[in-house]
Formats: sequence, structure tokens, C-alpha cells
Amino acid sequence: MTQPLLSIENFSARFDHKTVVEQLNLSIRGGERLALVGESGSGKTVTALSILKLVEAAQLSGKIVFNGDNLLQKSARDIQRVRGADIAMIFQEPMTALNPLFTIGEQIVETIVAHQALSRAEATQKTLELLTRTGIRQPEKNINSYPHQLSGGQRQRAMIAMALSCKPKLLIADEPTTALDMTIRARIVKLLIELQEEDVREHGEQGMAILLITHDLNLVRKFAHRVAVMERGRLVETADTQTLFAQPQHPYTIKLINSIPERNVSPVAGDARTLLEARKLRVEYPLPRKGWRGLLQSHSFTALHGADVTLREGETVGIVGESGSGKSTLAQAVLNLIKVKSGSIEVDGAPLYQLSKRLQREMRARLQVVFQDPFGSLSPRQTVRQIVGEGLALHFPELTEQERYTRIVQILSEVGLSAQVLDSYPHEFSGGQRQRIAIARAFVLSPKVVILDEPTSALDVSIQKQVLELLVSLQKKFGLSYLLISHDLTVIQALAHRVYVLKDGEIIESGDTAQIIHTPQHPYTQSLVQASL
Amino acid sequence: MSQVIPHLSPARRNWQRFKRNRLGYWSLIVFVALYVISLAGEVISNDRPLVVRYAQQWYFPLLNDYPESTFGGNLPIQADYHDPFIKAQLSKAGNFAIYPLNPYYYDTLNYFSKAEHYPGKPDDENLLGTDIAGYDILARLLYGFRVSVTFALGLTAVGVVLGIFFGAVQGYFAGKTDLVIQRLIDIWGSMPELYLLIIFASIFDHSLLLLFGLLSLFGWINLSDYVRAEFLRNRQLEYVKSARALGLSNAQIIWRHILPNSLTPVITFLPFRMSAAIMALASLDFLGLGVTAPAPSLGQLLLQGKENLDAWWIALSSFSVLVLTLLLLTFTGEALRNALDTRISDARQGGTL
Repeated sequence: MTQPLLSIENFSARFDHKTVVEQLNLSIRGGERLALVGESGSGKTVTALSILKLVEAAQLSGKIVFNGDNLLQKSARDIQRVRGADIAMIFQEPMTALNPLFTIGEQIVETIVAHQALSRAEATQKTLELLTRTGIRQPEKNINSYPHQLSGGQRQRAMIAMALSCKPKLLIADEPTTALDMTIRARIVKLLIELQEEDVREHGEQGMAILLITHDLNLVRKFAHRVAVMERGRLVETADTQTLFAQPQHPYTIKLINSIPERNVSPVAGDARTLLEARKLRVEYPLPRKGWRGLLQSHSFTALHGADVTLREGETVGIVGESGSGKSTLAQAVLNLIKVKSGSIEVDGAPLYQLSKRLQREMRARLQVVFQDPFGSLSPRQTVRQIVGEGLALHFPELTEQERYTRIVQILSEVGLSAQVLDSYPHEFSGGQRQRIAIARAFVLSPKVVILDEPTSALDVSIQKQVLELLVSLQKKFGLSYLLISHDLTVIQALAHRVYVLKDGEIIESGDTAQIIHTPQHPYTQSLVQASL
Repeated sequence: MSQVIPHLSPARRNWQRFKRNRLGYWSLIVFVALYVISLAGEVISNDRPLVVRYAQQWYFPLLNDYPESTFGGNLPIQADYHDPFIKAQLSKAGNFAIYPLNPYYYDTLNYFSKAEHYPGKPDDENLLGTDIAGYDILARLLYGFRVSVTFALGLTAVGVVLGIFFGAVQGYFAGKTDLVIQRLIDIWGSMPELYLLIIFASIFDHSLLLLFGLLSLFGWINLSDYVRAEFLRNRQLEYVKSARALGLSNAQIIWRHILPNSLTPVITFLPFRMSAAIMALASLDFLGLGVTAPAPSLGQLLLQGKENLDAWWIALSSFSVLVLTLLLLTFTGEALRNALDTRISDARQGGTL
């Protein structure tokens, strides 16, 4: 066996007193695609950034040997020569990783000129080739585009072109697709594989290696030759991709692989009555025109074109769509948090928008919401008791202090938290626990309909599964109806009875979950299903 | 989660972080102590005895006015306790009087002073000397400090209330409301503050209240900008949306949810706002736009010091008090700012200044 391209030996990283990576040993051969998998806080990103000495304020020890040199010993000047030329990096969010003040072309040309003895004209020629190779639309035109003028997927392609510009021997991709929509994710992954294989065909053993940092097991299965699993700073298992998925050894790996959510919902009763019915919902956002014209006339952007949604008792309806499809707008319209242009919603037979202010407020108790971000959705200066009790005090003022306390403790135990947490503040909890508190806040009011706006997309996979299981069990227990908003078909599949597929503000397809997933009709739904399963 | 761990609210955590910065913490304690002492100024520095025992009777000159005739004098006028005759009367057998530490009020003129001219040097009669009118400097500094700090506290309080109110309304309602108020504030803020002060000072009698009113009109603008920005940020967060989905009213959301999370810049601002107000009062007094004698004022003392450079004790003492006050406030402010800055870790908070 030849010498590895990069080998990490006894590597540890500490921040002040906290060790984030401990005694890590890992190596990558030329032409290999290695995935480093772990949940948040596992130390995978710190490891990747340490290879290029991009972590500040951390004490690093051990060795990172690349082509026979220990990178950790190199001076800032020397490491700069390695960055971009021998080892390149792709980041999660291409919008923030590209400089907004320069065009795509300028940035790539700059990288090439910095590392290779080429003139500007030659570098520009090469940039065009790269952009064509990475599949950017109309490369001659877009070479002069600024990052904000491109879509997310196109920006990520530009980032890849920039990373490949100096023919690196190692490409580090840190969650390269997490910020992208499902259908675009698949294309970027395909592109990365193609580019890498092309390079390997040319250079054989010396071909480019890719180190992929991710939490997404679906992506790993499609992409990697070999997988390394990290848990809380330690490497727990390394194996070939096929072996790892077929026979995982370490309990943590088994847990990770089993964390893909399973469907366990009870069917809706045939005679279930309709709880919520939205008809021809149309939402427009005003777009102010520039200059004095803006005072006289305004344009508007239609986020939702006449959506019809019905939800029956005990049913979960999934709304699936990519970013900008209008699914969050729909949730906010149902919650009466934004003004609709036209259309109506009936909740339990009562027209929501025509109700008096007082009745609308009463309706709030029956229509609750759980948001995506467990860090932003709890007020940091309130205790759990205040957070959960606030709605009770508002909607059930007749309860005594003692009764209120009982209700709070009861709902906390339903979501799997003990009464001991009552006086804790949100910062003392992990993401999953915070989401449980947010669920308790919504459920303590005994709502009939709960809107789940991406309830698990900010959580780690193993916790995501627990939260989904909790939601299903609560639904069975209280006979609730859910309106589940998600971009993730696996979540939809695990929870929803029926699905609406939303694209550019329009419902393009709807039907039973199984039917949509197994026999999608619309080409967009087909590509969505193909990309995510 | 064990029960032993105390649940620290973010406010308490910040207080713990603040306490760990020793310089700032002790600055705050010294400052508060000085202010409390100055609030009890009448007991410390006064031209009347605290208690008098005369002819088998108790008298409290601090609370009541007694004519000279009470203590064996001839005239029915207010007793002057610096008068050697009265002093002698009070120290006869069976009588006694307890004097304050410094036997001068800020406007006490000692007609029986041994000084040959004013301003008088520091001596055993006047520990820090007298100013050009013959007032005791120690007394004037004490009361001047009290007035400055009270003035600054008041100005800061009014500024905070107005600033939070306008900032909250702008930030929470955003859109057109924000735009209209922001334009009005722009117009308001572009008024020349100093000229207005000069004009008003020439029309009306100089008084602390006039200064207070005028400075309050402009002191809140900066603060409202910070509060507005915090509100604009926080209103987007999901906990506010959740609160709206719960059915809380706007006032409840502002008061209970957004305001507590928007106070960081306000609190950081407080000590600096205080020192700015103290400086403003001192400079206006220095320029002669402020209060008139015999009201105690640090700025006036500085002016006298500048005009009588040979009387070094005036400039030196008033300058020292002003610098000390501002330093204490600045140290407190810096410690507070570091305590509220989440980018500075707990571990590093302790050692550095």
C-alpha cells in the first residue's frame, strides 16, 4: 500500500479548558472519497479546519502530515502556500464564503494568479473552462456576475470551480449541500463525484482526494468510499461504506444508522370531520419600486397563489417544498400572523379572518405552532415555568396557581421532561430538549390543530427521530391534527397521511403520502423524490 | 439534571461576570458609597450643630431654626453658630453641642473667619480652603458632587425612558411607523443643542431645572437608535412569533418578551451616559450658562480655579473630584460592557481589565 496523502496522528484540539477533539488518527489516500460523519459538537468541523490551521484560539497537538510535511508545524506564510493550492476547501454557505464585492470570475482568477505562474488572460481562459466544467449556466455571461446574482446551487458550483482552480490534491468539503434545496443537493453531489473521478482517471493514484464533512447519512451512502464516524471528539469507527452500513460495529454508529425515522402513524377515521379548511389563499408581499415611483405605485410579489388545504381531525397533512416555495407563508397565513390578499380559512367551521379580535384570540389557543429553530424560539430570559405557563395564564385565567402548576408539570412529563427543569433557563438545555419545551408550550393549551414548521430540521438525526416519535405519540394520545411543513421527504414520510407539494407558491400535486412517494405524477415531485430517497 | 446546580438567570450570570472584574466592581461600590455619603451631606457638612443641650433643654438646629435669643443673645434673628459668643454660650457647664465634621454649609459665609482675604488657603478652619466668595470648598465639593450625580441620574432616567419608548415603538412596529418617527427624530436631532441652551439661558433665569429640561430633550436620541436596532432584530425571532401565536397583545410582547432581551445596549450605555451628563453640567457651569452662585457646582469651581491660578487649591480639588467621578464611572462601564459581551469567555473575564 502506498503512503497516504494525508495522515492525522494523535491529533487533539482544545478550546481553553474544553477538549473538542481527542487522540484522533485518520488517513486519506490519493483518489479516495472519505466521509467524516458525526452530529453537532462531535468535533468533525474543527478537525477539518485544523488541517489548514483555520481555527483560531485553539490549542492543537499531534501531527497532521500532508505529503511528508507536518502542517501543524508550518509557519503562517508556509501554510498560506498550501491553502488553495494543495488543499482546497468548500464551505457550507456559499453566499458568505464568496466575497460579495467581486464577481465570480475575478475571485477565481485571483486564486489562480496567486498560486500559479499564469497571466491574467490565461487565468481568465482557465476560469471559463472551470466554470463550464462545473456546469454553471452561460459561463461567458456569469463569469461577470456577482455572487448575489446567482442562485444557491449556481453559487456552490462557482465555489467548487474556485476550489478546483489550482488542481488541489485534497478537497475538504464541509457540509457542502446542507444549505441547498433537495433537488439541487443531488446535482451538486453528482458533480463532485464526476469531477473527482475524472481527476482520478487522469492521475490514477495521484488523483484528487475528497474529505467530506457531513451529518447526512444519505449523502454518505451515495458519495463516500470510506466512512469515519466521530462521537464527542473521538473517532469511534472507520470502515468501507458498504461494510459500515451493512454491519456497523460501534453502538453509536448503529444508533446513527437506525435514526432514519420510521413511519408509525395510525390511520384517520373515515368519518373524521374537517377541522381546518383553507380556500384560495393568496398572499402578496409588496415590492417597493425605486425612487419617486415607489411613492406612487408598488409592485407585489405573490408568495402564494390560491392554495386550497383541508385538514381533518387526527390527520397529519404534510406541506413539502423547497425554499421560496411559499410553505412558511402558508403556515403564517393559517396562524393569522400575516395579512392575506384574498381567500378564507375556516377553523372548526368558524371563518378565522372574519372573527372579532377577542374571538381570534380565543382561537389562538386551539391553533398552535412549533417552530424550527429551538434556539430562537424560546425567550432566553424566561424560565421554563414562565415559557410554558404564559399561554395558560392568558387563555385560562380561571385556573388557580396550583392548577396551573399541575398542568405545566403534566405536559412537561408528556414531552419527557421532569418537574426539576421548571426553574431552568433555555440556555441550560440542548437543542432537542429545547424543542421539547417548545412542544410543551404549544400543547399545554390543548390545541386542536398544531402547525409544525420544520420541527426537526435544526436537530441532529438521532434527536430528530426521538422528537418525531414524541409528536406521533402525542397525536395518538390527544387526537390532534398536524399541519407539517418540511423540505425533508423522510420526515414527511414518517408523519404525514396526506401531502401537498408546493412549488413557487402553487400546489402542484397532492394526495396520499404513499402515493406521492411511490408514484409521483408531476416532474418536479419526481425529481424531489429521487433526490431525497 | 441535578437539583444542586442553581439556575442562574441570564441577568444573574452577567452580574456574576461583572463581579469577577474587580476594578469595575469596586469602582461601582466606591461610587455608590460616595453618593450615599453625599446624600447625607447635611449631617457631615453643615453650619449648624446636630444637637444642642442648652439650659436643661434639647435643641435640634438641623431641623428647626432658633433665634439667637434662645441661647442668651440679644437679637431675635437666626442664630449664627460660628459666632464666638454663641459658641461660648453652648460650651458653658451643663451645655454642649455636637457639630458636624465640617462646620460649613455650601453657602455659609463665616463672618468671624481669621482669613485675611478670599480665596483663602487650606488651614485648620477650612480644610480645603475657601473660594473667591469665602465659601468653604470642601462643603461645595460635597454638595456639588451630590447635585452632579443626582442631575446625571435624573437625566439618564429620563433618557432611558424616552429612548426605550421611541426605540421600542419604532423597532416593534417597523415599516411606516418606523420611517415617520425616524424622520422626525432626524429633524429633532439636527437642532443645534448648544445654541438653544445659550438662547434659553439668556431669556430665562439660569436654573438646574431649565438645564435638566433642555438636556433631556436631546439626551435620548442615541439610546433610541440602539433600542430600535435590538427590537428590529428580536421581533424577527421565533419566540416573538410564538408569543403572537399564543395570542399575546403587542404591549405584552414588547414588555415581557422583547424588552428584557433588548436591554443589553441600554445597560452598557448607562455609566457612560451618566459621565456624559456630569460632564455636560460641569461644562455648562464652566461656560457660565449653568446655575448661578451660591448654588454648588463643580463647573463653577473649575472656572474660579482657572481665573485664580494662584489659588491652586480651588482648581486642584475640583479637578480631582471630577476626574475621580468620571474614572469610577468609566471603570464601571467598561466592566459592565465586558460582562455583557458574550464573545469574552467566562475564563478570561476574571483576569484582564
